[in-house]
Amino acid sequence: MSGTRVAVLAGGRSPEREVSLRSGHRVTTALVAKGLDAFTIDPADVPLVETLSTATISACYIALHGKEGEDGTVQRLLELLGLPYTGTGPLACQMSFDKVLAKEAMHAAGVPTPPWAVIEATALRDLGAGAILHRLVDRVGLPAVVKPSRSGSAMGLTFVEREADLPHAVMNALSFADAAVIERKVEGVEVAASMVGFPEDVLPLVEVVPRSGVFDYAARYTPGATEYHAPARLESEVADTCNTVATQTFRALQMRDVSRADLLVDADGRPWVVDVNVSPGMTDTSLLPMAARAAGIGLADLCERILGFALSRGGRSDRD
Amino acid sequence: MAEFSVDPYADLYARRTSEMAASEVRALFAVAARPDVISLAGGMPFVQAIPQDHVLDVIAGVLADRPEVALQYGGGQGSPALRERLAMLMAEEGTLADPEDMVVTAGAQQALDLIGKVLVDPGDVIAVEAPAYVGALSAFSAYEPRFLQIDLDEEGMVVEQLEDALLRGVRPKFIYTVPNFHNPAGVTMSGRRREQLVALCREAHVPIVEDNPYGLLRFEGDAEPTLRSLDPTNVIYLGTVSKVFSPGVRVGWAVAEPGVLQRLILAKEASDLCGSSLTMLLTERYLTGDTWRSTLTRLVSLYGSRRDVMLAALQEHFPADASWNRPAGGFYVWIALPGHLDAAAMLAAAVERRVAYVPGTAFYPDGRGTDRMRLAFCHPTEDRIAEGVKRLGELLTDEEELYRSLSP
Repeated sequence: MSGTRVAVLAGGRSPEREVSLRSGHRVTTALVAKGLDAFTIDPADVPLVETLSTATISACYIALHGKEGEDGTVQRLLELLGLPYTGTGPLACQMSFDKVLAKEAMHAAGVPTPPWAVIEATALRDLGAGAILHRLVDRVGLPAVVKPSRSGSAMGLTFVEREADLPHAVMNALSFADAAVIERKVEGVEVAASMVGFPEDVLPLVEVVPRSGVFDYAARYTPGATEYHAPARLESEVADTCNTVATQTFRALQMRDVSRADLLVDADGRPWVVDVNVSPGMTDTSLLPMAARAAGIGLADLCERILGFALSRGGRSDRD
Repeated sequence: MAEFSVDPYADLYARRTSEMAASEVRALFAVAARPDVISLAGGMPFVQAIPQDHVLDVIAGVLADRPEVALQYGGGQGSPALRERLAMLMAEEGTLADPEDMVVTAGAQQALDLIGKVLVDPGDVIAVEAPAYVGALSAFSAYEPRFLQIDLDEEGMVVEQLEDALLRGVRPKFIYTVPNFHNPAGVTMSGRRREQLVALCREAHVPIVEDNPYGLLRFEGDAEPTLRSLDPTNVIYLGTVSKVFSPGVRVGWAVAEPGVLQRLILAKEASDLCGSSLTMLLTERYLTGDTWRSTLTRLVSLYGSRRDVMLAALQEHFPADASWNRPAGGFYVWIALPGHLDAAAMLAAAVERRVAYVPGTAFYPDGRGTDRMRLAFCHPTEDRIAEGVKRLGELLTDEEELYRSLSP
């Protein structure tokens, strides 16, 4: 792959900007270590289209997190520019990033995902949906977790024990997105299932044990705040079920190259998919690089492999 | 493979680091730092107003005249000549200080850390204002204190609350206060309260740490005497050149009685041997002559106009059930939102609208302040301040509407 010039897209304007810059730096360093001519482009710093049109670039590695980078916007743009890029295609990104769509798609495909309900800001503002807020609770049960429909890194997420706390949690979620997803809280073991080069490689499951008990933003990005076990300390049957469910998820959402599903395994050993990521974090505390390491794959090899998928696919879109 | 540790030091960290964690709000500030976001968040002095020619002269002069000092280690206390200049700054506010009683620090922030190091054992009580300067809370937190929070009203610290606490038997190691143009509350302690506080603390043998970064940035009215001038033996005074010159030079100072001072100097030497000789010389030279004074006059008038623009914009765009104060100087306006609004939860939506502020919770160690926000008028231009406040006002109106729709 020498002579290959790779633009690593990182940063951006989403709330996950900082995380993305760290992911991007690690990916760029890894690709350079592999002898590639890799450099970082921050779409919040430079006009992206202009920069990509004028530079000679073999492929883009997408290390953006959150809106634009994960919702299909950048992917669609790269297809228009005819540039190969890593990861899932535009429509599938759009579907995976939006929890409202992703939950529906998973449910339709028989992927176990906790009961949920959706409330949109417009339904509240214009259609009087506030009067039937209790129905969300009836549908989902308590305790519940309230999330923005489009966001990452557990931002804007609130656990709700009492119905009275629901309005505040919904407002918090709606600060990040136009809709809030209320999901039944599953008590259990949190595991992350990572995939590289679907369908051939589901990486070892990583078990997440936050010291505070909650895998929130602080627990994710403060080194030492969370313990990880890879592979997860699950009975082999349970681990197998998790892998099957993860594979089902990746297929249902048409994810490719690299992705991660976050699962909760309840007391009966049943896994529930609670989140999916088309551009999983690549920072020093991120789950996917950890899973790869447990499989004996170093970060440089991992990034090179992911890039390889993009290069072999070329600049074609799904419709070509 | 058993436990997978991303941080091999995870089990080694000192207990005092337990509060140091990544946070959502911090992550949002990374986006808010983008130039397309109007930041009413950071308290950054408007250093663009400092004449570049003058600073270049100062730098060139220092390097031409005293390179062997500028590039060398210095004493832990800071040079006598600089301390004289800093004492002169204090005299501007009517406070007499002997340069011998002073240690120069890396900003007043280092002085806060040194005070924690010298005075605070784990579990000790520190009395702070509610709200309190977040940087002081962070600096002190490393020494594992408990905070006693004393409310502020329009006259500053409610000294009666402190008195009640003392009567209940609470024994704070010291009282920390920002009496002038408080960060974040913008309020200035009244003369009456100053007398009251100083008398109470003298009586109770509880020292006061007086942090006065903004004192010289007064837009209107007469200055109150500093606490230090009212009771030199019981007040440790902290000053900084960050607001009158530049935060980039990292020059602050503490004035204290000889015993405390000696320990502060030893603690400072243990921490960093000495301050930056280069920037201390720059500061000394900058504060010589009269140019700094005219520059400061211009800065104060600029900040005053920006405050006026912010207050006018608040009046025009903020909902009727929000309230705020009118600071007579400094950098900040402190906003009280209707209780059902959560400023921290709203920050993401604000950043989405390309405007940022600091949510009130940062300034209370006990989680209060959800319905408060701090707006800084020091750095953005007047146009940007007006536009930023307008965007925030629209956001608040939308949030109010959303809240009402959730509680029909």
